[in-house]
Amino acid sequence: MALLEIRNVVRRFGDFTAVDGVSLEVASGEFFTLLGPSGCGKTTLLRMIAGFDDPDQGDLLLDGKSLRDIPPEQRPIHTVFQSYALFPHLSVVENVAFPLRMAKVAPAEIQRRVQEALASVHLSEKQRHLPHELSGGQKQRVALARGLVNRPRLLLLDEPLGALDAKLREEMQVELINLQKNVGITFVFVTHSQAEALALSHRIAVMNQGKVEQLDEPSRLYGFPRNRFVADFIGKINMLAATVVASGSDHLELDVAGVGRVLGPPQPAMPVGTRGQFAVRPEQVRIGAGSVDSAGPLSNRVKGRILDFLYVGDVTTYLVELENGTRLEALLPNSAPGRAKFFETGDPVELAWSAEVGVFLDA
Amino acid sequence: MPKRSAERTTRWLVSGPPTLFMLLFFLAPSLIMVLASFRYPGTFGGLAPMFGAGRPGEDTGLTLENYRFFLSDFIYVEIFIKSFAVALLSTLICLLMAYPLALLIARSPKGRRDLMVLLVILPFASNFLIRVYALMILLGPQQALATSLNGALALFGLGRVNLLFSSFAVVVGMVYVHLPFMVLPLYTNLEKHDPALLDAAQDLGANGWQRFWRVTFPLSLPGIFSGSALVFIPVLGMFAIPDLLGGTRDILIGNLIKDQFLGTRDWPFGSMLSIMLTVVVLGFAAIAARLSRRDGAREEA
Ligand SMILES: Nc1ncnc2c1ncn2[C@@H]1O[C@H](COP(=O)(O)OP(=O)(O)OP(=O)(O)O)[C@@H](O)[C@H]1O
Ligand SMILES: [Mg+2]
Repeated sequence: MALLEIRNVVRRFGDFTAVDGVSLEVASGEFFTLLGPSGCGKTTLLRMIAGFDDPDQGDLLLDGKSLRDIPPEQRPIHTVFQSYALFPHLSVVENVAFPLRMAKVAPAEIQRRVQEALASVHLSEKQRHLPHELSGGQKQRVALARGLVNRPRLLLLDEPLGALDAKLREEMQVELINLQKNVGITFVFVTHSQAEALALSHRIAVMNQGKVEQLDEPSRLYGFPRNRFVADFIGKINMLAATVVASGSDHLELDVAGVGRVLGPPQPAMPVGTRGQFAVRPEQVRIGAGSVDSAGPLSNRVKGRILDFLYVGDVTTYLVELENGTRLEALLPNSAPGRAKFFETGDPVELAWSAEVGVFLDA
Repeated sequence: MPKRSAERTTRWLVSGPPTLFMLLFFLAPSLIMVLASFRYPGTFGGLAPMFGAGRPGEDTGLTLENYRFFLSDFIYVEIFIKSFAVALLSTLICLLMAYPLALLIARSPKGRRDLMVLLVILPFASNFLIRVYALMILLGPQQALATSLNGALALFGLGRVNLLFSSFAVVVGMVYVHLPFMVLPLYTNLEKHDPALLDAAQDLGANGWQRFWRVTFPLSLPGIFSGSALVFIPVLGMFAIPDLLGGTRDILIGNLIKDQFLGTRDWPFGSMLSIMLTVVVLGFAAIAARLSRRDGAREEA
């Protein structure tokens, strides 16, 4: 049985529907992520799980029992707030001890568990400090320790890394994964950063305007977005107008504007004649001067000219214009040091990709 | 370099006038008072000369007589104790009444808070004496308040009480006049609290009572301290309210000091009383500071 079950939950503010019929299940021990653009209802949903807000419709169940009428302080669910919300008048130790105090745990036991929690976030030396004496990353760790110390069934994290700089963010991501693995507590994590979601989660629910657009594992979400919103939101993707020409069990055949016939992975449910978009990731598109040396069965080929490129250190993204004006992006890793690009603007190139990649989206 | 000197000039220009003002009108009079407390009174009030001969029968020079006299008669110490008791009680009542009010204002929708604060300070718009006279009328023996109370007491076979001209009336007056001084610093403090802290506390298992005592209350201590100081100290020196609302036995330090200058015309004794008051208040402040620091230290442990 799922640890947390969200059943058709709706939350309205006046005429505005912030959460619009969300249903999902979170399994015990899972690192579950709610991903979506700002204002899509992630925090609203999280507040309902924590108990600070009630759904207008639907129900939330923990271990199969409805959470309705259970106030936040009695739910075995703790939250790590984006602003950390550490108690400014309490030291690190006192902050972490707070939930244990509230649960009337014996003092000796409090002492032991606080030390254990602080050790797990590598903060044992800062015990006596007050929150304002800590750096952002350290505050973050205190908030985590405080959320975990009383071993809740569920830990909710609302953009906990949002206030950290990029480098610290990456460090904390790794720590979060390890921490979650070690303590075995179920995490429901909220973010609007797709990279963070992909890096951390077992499963991701992509939300948009209060609805769940797709719920999947990171690699499936990235590889097989179900619609344009998800494809666009997760990573970079080329979108080309396309029509289904033939739909077989071994592959899908498309007529793509500016490219012509394109073979893609099979989508048997897609009827012939359907109009939509063919989506393919820049890193799946090979690029070569004149013609791409066919190292593999790259069945889809098209010629174009380099329009522009963007060097970002590890890779360079090339913007290629096809003969009919359609634009495609292709990505090359910069394995040769000291070289920002392989092509100049205006160079004629060939683009190619395999029939195993890309996805046809009709919505 | 020129920038630094310009900065220094600005600093002096800004801090100069208030410093000068305080030196002239606070420090100088205080020193004069300290000196006066060691002198003899003049025959017709004021001070006897410090050097040279005075009028016939006048002692001149410096003396500890004022201090000796103060300590020799228990009545003065008693008035001190009583004044501190009244000030403490008034401060406590103010705190108990102001805290919920300040909390209510701080938790109200933003747009309504300014109006509520305005209502709190509205009494200041009318003259202080007029308001105290209004209290006299309200507490008078023929008024509804007194008659209904005495009626109720009679039902239980108890004797009549007088509301006006009593310690009760003094405390009522003190609380009434000083309540806003407690509400404002408390509100200013409470309004700054991050509401996320209460959410966090509740999320971590604290019920309403625990959220108040573990989060709101400790964070509001600075507001409590400044509000208490703003009530306690003026109440200690207040003479108009005991004069108007108190009975003959409700003399407080303020009245005593005022009498020395405007009644008995014994300036040295008045100065000495005033200095004793300052010293005792500072002593209390020092103890309070020590206690709050120890509190902070224990919080950390
Ligand atoms: N108490 C409220 N009253 C009215 N509208 C609200 C309230 N809370 C949230 N909303 C609206 O609901 C929508 C969803 O808000 P929510 O905070 O859940 O977004 P979010 O996905 O967490 O966004 P972000 O990534 O910016 O934090 C927003 O448009 C917001 O304006
Ligand atoms: Mg949010």
